[in-house]
Amino acid sequence: MAKAPIPEEALKQEFGPHLNYVPPGGWKDESIHPAEKLVKTHCCFCGQQCGIQLKVRENQIIGFEPWEDFPFNRGMLCPKGVKRYMQSGHPDRLLTPLMRSPNGFRPATWDESLDFTVSRIRAIQEKYGKDAVAVYGGASLSTEKSYLLGKFARVALGTRHIDYNGRLCMVSAGTAYKLAFGIDRSTIPWSEIPKAEVLFVIGANVGECAPITTDYIWRCRDNGGRLIVADPRMTPITRNADLYLPLRPGTDLALLLGMLHVILRDGLEDHEFISQYTAGFEEVATYAQQWDVRRSAEITGVPPEAIEKAARWVGKSKRAILLHARGLEHQSKGVENCSAVVNVALATGNIGREGSGPTMITGQGNGQGGREHGQKCDQLPGQRSLADPAAREYVADVWGIRPDELPQPGYSAQEIMNAIHSGEIKGLLSMCFNPLVSLPDANFTREALSKLEFFGVIDFFMSETAHHADAVLAGSLQEEEDGLGCSAEGRVIHWQKSIDPPGQARCDSDIIIDIAHRLGRGQYFPFKNPADILEELRIASRGGVADYYGITYERVDKEKGIFWPCPDLDHPGTPLLFADKKFYTHDGKAHFNKTEWRPSGDPIDDQYPLYLTTGRVVSQYLSGTQTRRIGALIDQYPEPRAELHPRLAEKYGITEGDWVTVTTRRDDLTLRALVVKTIRPDTVFIPYHWAGIRSANRLTHRTLDPRSKIPEFKVSACRIKLATSPDMSPDDRAAHNGASRGGP
Amino acid sequence: MFGYEFYIDPSRCIGCRSCLQACEECETHRGKSMINFDFIERRESITSAAYVCWHCDEPTCAQVCPADAIKKGEDGIVHSSLKPRCIACSNCVLACPFGIPKMMEPEQQMMKCDMCYDRTSVGKRPMCATVCPSQALAYVRPEEIAKRREKPTNIFYFGEQKITTKVFMMAPAERDAITLDVVDYMWEEIHEVAATIE
Repeated sequence: MAKAPIPEEALKQEFGPHLNYVPPGGWKDESIHPAEKLVKTHCCFCGQQCGIQLKVRENQIIGFEPWEDFPFNRGMLCPKGVKRYMQSGHPDRLLTPLMRSPNGFRPATWDESLDFTVSRIRAIQEKYGKDAVAVYGGASLSTEKSYLLGKFARVALGTRHIDYNGRLCMVSAGTAYKLAFGIDRSTIPWSEIPKAEVLFVIGANVGECAPITTDYIWRCRDNGGRLIVADPRMTPITRNADLYLPLRPGTDLALLLGMLHVILRDGLEDHEFISQYTAGFEEVATYAQQWDVRRSAEITGVPPEAIEKAARWVGKSKRAILLHARGLEHQSKGVENCSAVVNVALATGNIGREGSGPTMITGQGNGQGGREHGQKCDQLPGQRSLADPAAREYVADVWGIRPDELPQPGYSAQEIMNAIHSGEIKGLLSMCFNPLVSLPDANFTREALSKLEFFGVIDFFMSETAHHADAVLAGSLQEEEDGLGCSAEGRVIHWQKSIDPPGQARCDSDIIIDIAHRLGRGQYFPFKNPADILEELRIASRGGVADYYGITYERVDKEKGIFWPCPDLDHPGTPLLFADKKFYTHDGKAHFNKTEWRPSGDPIDDQYPLYLTTGRVVSQYLSGTQTRRIGALIDQYPEPRAELHPRLAEKYGITEGDWVTVTTRRDDLTLRALVVKTIRPDTVFIPYHWAGIRSANRLTHRTLDPRSKIPEFKVSACRIKLATSPDMSPDDRAAHNGASRGGP
Repeated sequence: MFGYEFYIDPSRCIGCRSCLQACEECETHRGKSMINFDFIERRESITSAAYVCWHCDEPTCAQVCPADAIKKGEDGIVHSSLKPRCIACSNCVLACPFGIPKMMEPEQQMMKCDMCYDRTSVGKRPMCATVCPSQALAYVRPEEIAKRREKPTNIFYFGEQKITTKVFMMAPAERDAITLDVVDYMWEEIHEVAATIE
């Protein structure tokens, strides 16, 4: 039943995205009616988690003021941060629960919508078993909400299957860091970046996706540091790179193996560090012998001399920081890629000391905090493993249940969608996740959604995915509920509640707790507010790797953030990891991990001779549910364009602004061309923030990294041709017609 | 703000346009951005640049104004045209060597960057320089800017015209002034330039 009830266009007219261009009351209003208060909180977009002060008047956010005392960004904000306040008081905001009706969606009471939700969940679980209902969470949720959702899935629903959209972010890095160090966190606070002699940035479009980090990089260069950038595109920070490595999409591992080869060949490794503090070096070193620069160059397309130079700069440096992000994580060998970065850092001893370390740049708002306490399919609070009997016993005890009542690890985000498609999972409750835009192979996702027997959505705007829901429960924005977040640095921060949810909308955690009570599991959810949840979270995380026991709202406010682990109320937190050269592994050592080369899951051939890679633009965030509703951000980059090199464009007779059709083994997409010399001539780039006929994820494929289960967004095979008009693809026409015909 | 200066360094710009978005939030011209922003040549490169007004010591815009509508304050800030005086002739738009003034429709008034007069006059930093993620636009103390690779200058040569400004431009460390004309780099000309600086 879960097809869109009426045509997409009609739903868009009613629920947006509409563009909001002005603050509440208009541009001039603030000078007449000034703000009542300034609330110190954080931006809701991206893992940088910049401090910002929101101007509040009459339960509305009317503007912002930079927060110059917050140490991470010191007042700096990207355009998303500047305009983030425009999501508040937005005309598209969902103000009541909605129920599917023959005419679209109709407003409903909370009792009706929640009783319906609970009855459908119960009916499905009784008929097909507990695991037939899955839960999706989001990395934009506060840490308390993430914790609550994990407990809700396991204790209230008793399902194995809960995962979250952080699965599409940095899980490859998380897996690699857990293998190497036993902890899933950046190894350094950002204040180390300006101290580095060499910054090696691979697969990280810092200028657009982590804009504030740019200032740290420029300050490193002011101090004499050298910048190496490895990317198929010259991203904005490349303008000041001392060395640019234009690698082919999906070949990061070959580059890193070539670099390790040179480091070991030239004797630049740190013998003392390797022998005293690490394990597994020999096997990795033996494999790297096969990777001379010639082989590395042939696969990556980077000149051998440049690979040599990069390796020697990193190898000879006592202070090298290796920054990496989605470029190498979004691959079917994402974990290997991140392990290869770690291996280079370990071989050269660049860890646990000033100005050095391998460092992931987490991308989502609460990408870090949202993955530590239980909405991952395989984790319990405190980054404990759900498969570990001792961890199960501890957390079950905190929750007041028996360990055998705790479900075993379940499916990851894409695997849940696969299981919905195959009919194994029949019901889905999704909060703050827009999989129709953000999962790969969007046509497959749409088919899967249409098979659900029940689909409930908790969100503040009507996302494209929510069009397929049976019940849409009006939840809360980040600024409408108190909670913790954790930034890319590992700094735990406080999202201050600024306003109440408008209309009949409710706080996300209230909705989850209410459903738990209606399911008859209220005794396990006695929470009255986020502070109650944090109290339990602190205990549940205690003794785990991500130990939050010493963290309270008061401390976070006073200390402007606390770096976990923080095991006690008088513990200062841990900004720099491994300063004592002790790692969180079973033997206390850092582990090298072998990283064998293998090709992408969607290889190029004669029919699909080009690489397609996807990513972000600076003015948009993730699936765009929020940022596609803010006029100023849409004006900055109105629609996705296919970026291609003039040499490639000329070959196909394409000039700037022409319509071009990009085709992969899944589907085709017609967009305007952006012809630039800042991308490899064998590669096409498309940003992924848009839906429907502009959705890049119609083209991507569902191959997953076997360990992290991250989809391979960064490498697909494609072909292009000049198009005459922005015609809809056949599948989209079918989708439109299907929707207008109604459900089966 | 006492002790703070404005510095522009296009080599740090990442083209994010945070300055444009933030300028729009300034009280005196809310909803309108006064930043000048360009991708230099997007087809050729990712280089971009964002500029505010340089606030010339002897502003050309004011000199060419037939209505005497453009005023410089004692603090060196050159303001938007005075609405009652401005005749929207665009002389200033055409004459400014930096291309800063904008003729605003439908107001029919020249408006320009006033270095966030509403903020700086009450001890706050200008909006654009506060938010700029790359600090290509920076409002800091001189000792802070001295840590950079580049060196500030506020002397510009546009052919025969020498301009000194309140706002500084970051230039390669070995440069004292910014000049765009080839002749200014020719051996026989350098002597003349040096004499002018004296």
